[in-house]
Amino acid sequence: MLRLEKRPSPSRFWQGMTPVLAVALTMVAGGIMFALLGKNPVEAIRTIFWDPLFNEQFASYSRPQLLVKAGPLILIAIGLSLGFRAGIWNIGAEGQYIMGAILGAGVGLAFYPAEHWFIFPLMVVAGALGGWAWAMIPAILRTRFNTNEILVSLLLVYVAQNLLAAMSLGLLRNPEGGGFPGSRNLSQYPAAANPELMAGTGMHWGVVAAFVAVIAAYVLLQRHILGFHIKLAGQAPRAARFAGVNPKALVVMCMGISGALAGLAGLFEVSGPAGQISIDFNVGYGFTAIIVAFLGRLNPVGILFAGLLMALTYIGGELAQFMLGLPAAAIQAFQGMLLFFLLAVDLLTNYRIRLAVKKEAV
Amino acid sequence: MFGGIDPTLLIASLMVASVPIILAAIGELVVERAGVLNLGVEGMMIMGAVCGFIAAVETGSPVLGFVGGAAGGAALSLIFAVLTQFLLANQVATGLALTLFGLGLSSLLGQGYVGIKPPLTGVVPFGPLADIPVLGKIVFGHDWVVYLSIAVVAAAWWVLKSTRMGLILRAVGESHDAAHALGYKVRRIRMLAILFGGGMAGLGGAYISLVRVPQWTDGITSGAGWIALAIVVFAAWRPWRALVGAYLFGGITVLQLNLQAAGARIPVEYLSSAPYLITILVLVIMSSGRGKAALNAPASLGQNFHASR
Repeated sequence: MLRLEKRPSPSRFWQGMTPVLAVALTMVAGGIMFALLGKNPVEAIRTIFWDPLFNEQFASYSRPQLLVKAGPLILIAIGLSLGFRAGIWNIGAEGQYIMGAILGAGVGLAFYPAEHWFIFPLMVVAGALGGWAWAMIPAILRTRFNTNEILVSLLLVYVAQNLLAAMSLGLLRNPEGGGFPGSRNLSQYPAAANPELMAGTGMHWGVVAAFVAVIAAYVLLQRHILGFHIKLAGQAPRAARFAGVNPKALVVMCMGISGALAGLAGLFEVSGPAGQISIDFNVGYGFTAIIVAFLGRLNPVGILFAGLLMALTYIGGELAQFMLGLPAAAIQAFQGMLLFFLLAVDLLTNYRIRLAVKKEAV
Repeated sequence: MFGGIDPTLLIASLMVASVPIILAAIGELVVERAGVLNLGVEGMMIMGAVCGFIAAVETGSPVLGFVGGAAGGAALSLIFAVLTQFLLANQVATGLALTLFGLGLSSLLGQGYVGIKPPLTGVVPFGPLADIPVLGKIVFGHDWVVYLSIAVVAAAWWVLKSTRMGLILRAVGESHDAAHALGYKVRRIRMLAILFGGGMAGLGGAYISLVRVPQWTDGITSGAGWIALAIVVFAAWRPWRALVGAYLFGGITVLQLNLQAAGARIPVEYLSSAPYLITILVLVIMSSGRGKAALNAPASLGQNFHASR
């Protein structure tokens, strides 16, 4: 009979090892899933994790994509991780991402076709503001009316998606687009474009922002009083209250930061890789970022690696779709599986597994 | 404004529209009464929708389709049960994982079934009763799942309120330590509650793909699971109030669809947002006022149980 014994403090070894173990287990389980779909599991796993980076034929295209996809994931996940640490669950990042993109692109399109140096910076501000404002709705409802922020932030994703459809069919539609839904292409409007900064790397301003966010979050959590409050509120809410942490201010701060970062990610995506506002320009980064945040153990540096790994599964998934005919949904299920295994093996961090002989009650 | 919308038809169709949410909400209500917060309702519903659809198409029987739907939802909830009850994983995170995984897996399973019509679920033949004006359409004009959904509400109410089983379930949800000390198997009771919740969510999902829509498309549940979660809070964890909440929501959905069809001058996209916005509004009203709803929440909700002795 196996018995669990709580560790006095979380094991540092397992804290570092669990993500690696989870990835390995997911590869095994994913391989079984791919085999059931009638694909060679070894080939599928190699196509997803190896070929995008090292295959001579594809790597030149795939490598830059790594940063393009990892940028928004990291940016959003960094914001989410701050809230998750404090027990504040913003799971509507997808909606904040959309709103940032709409507001930012709207500002850019309002200036069309003028060429000023300040247009792109203004769009960046508007993008952050759009995501921030959308996140403030659940934050204020939570602090003022004690409404569950999980449900409100999630329900607002559906509202944002409807709004996106309304915008790409109405207000922001390209007047020269022949009636097709979707806005003007921002990446072809130099003052509003978010171009590749170094040819062949995939580096754009969103990726720069993601790296800055990683460093800023690291400093915040290690050196700043707010970071201390976030960690305290998550680990010992009662102690946090005695230490003078204002729980309401913390909710507003965490939701605001995560919303603004998600909005930024949306703006950088819509003005760069996606290029335009369209009904389905969002591809679920806001939800995948939740997996990234947990896979990175809510730690900024961990999130950096987790974001790169998750970006790899996106690119590898596309490649596997193209090469092996693997369905796109298989990758989504694969990513979900990763989160399951991660949560399961996390047990090892907090508990010891002991072999116990069942004793009679005395 | 309501010209061209028949109130009898409106009530009859809102009863149909709210069935998936009632079923999922009652399942989740029982789970939460046992002290477990399963945020994976959306994932379990969509698994139920796809499994039910496949079972119905392959066997040609809508009844077996609903059985398959319930089985699909319960199977997914089993993952949640094992992760949270045996591996002590965080319930919020595991619930989210369930939804993300369910959305992916369902679209994988449903690939070959896009664009197919499922076998029809017929109206229960009440004979002449169905011809009674007004009442006939509202009371006697539905398929069997509509009646089942109301029966489930009544059963959940009775079991929770007046049976020993319900008392034990509530005890586990209020204080798992006390229940454990009394010798109740906290883990086993919670496992069963989670499986029941999964089965009900799956049944609700199957109703969407077999009756409401009726066909299979990716993401077919479009947030119904999250609304069911909101309805549980709205209902303050009481079954009959969950029914009221679901009918309220169903009414808004139907009215919104009718307004779209009647050619109201509001763009479709804004009207489609109405059910979500009104759910948020209702949540706000319920949770404010000195936390009335929160007072009814089971005391051990969302906390994991680990017997140290």
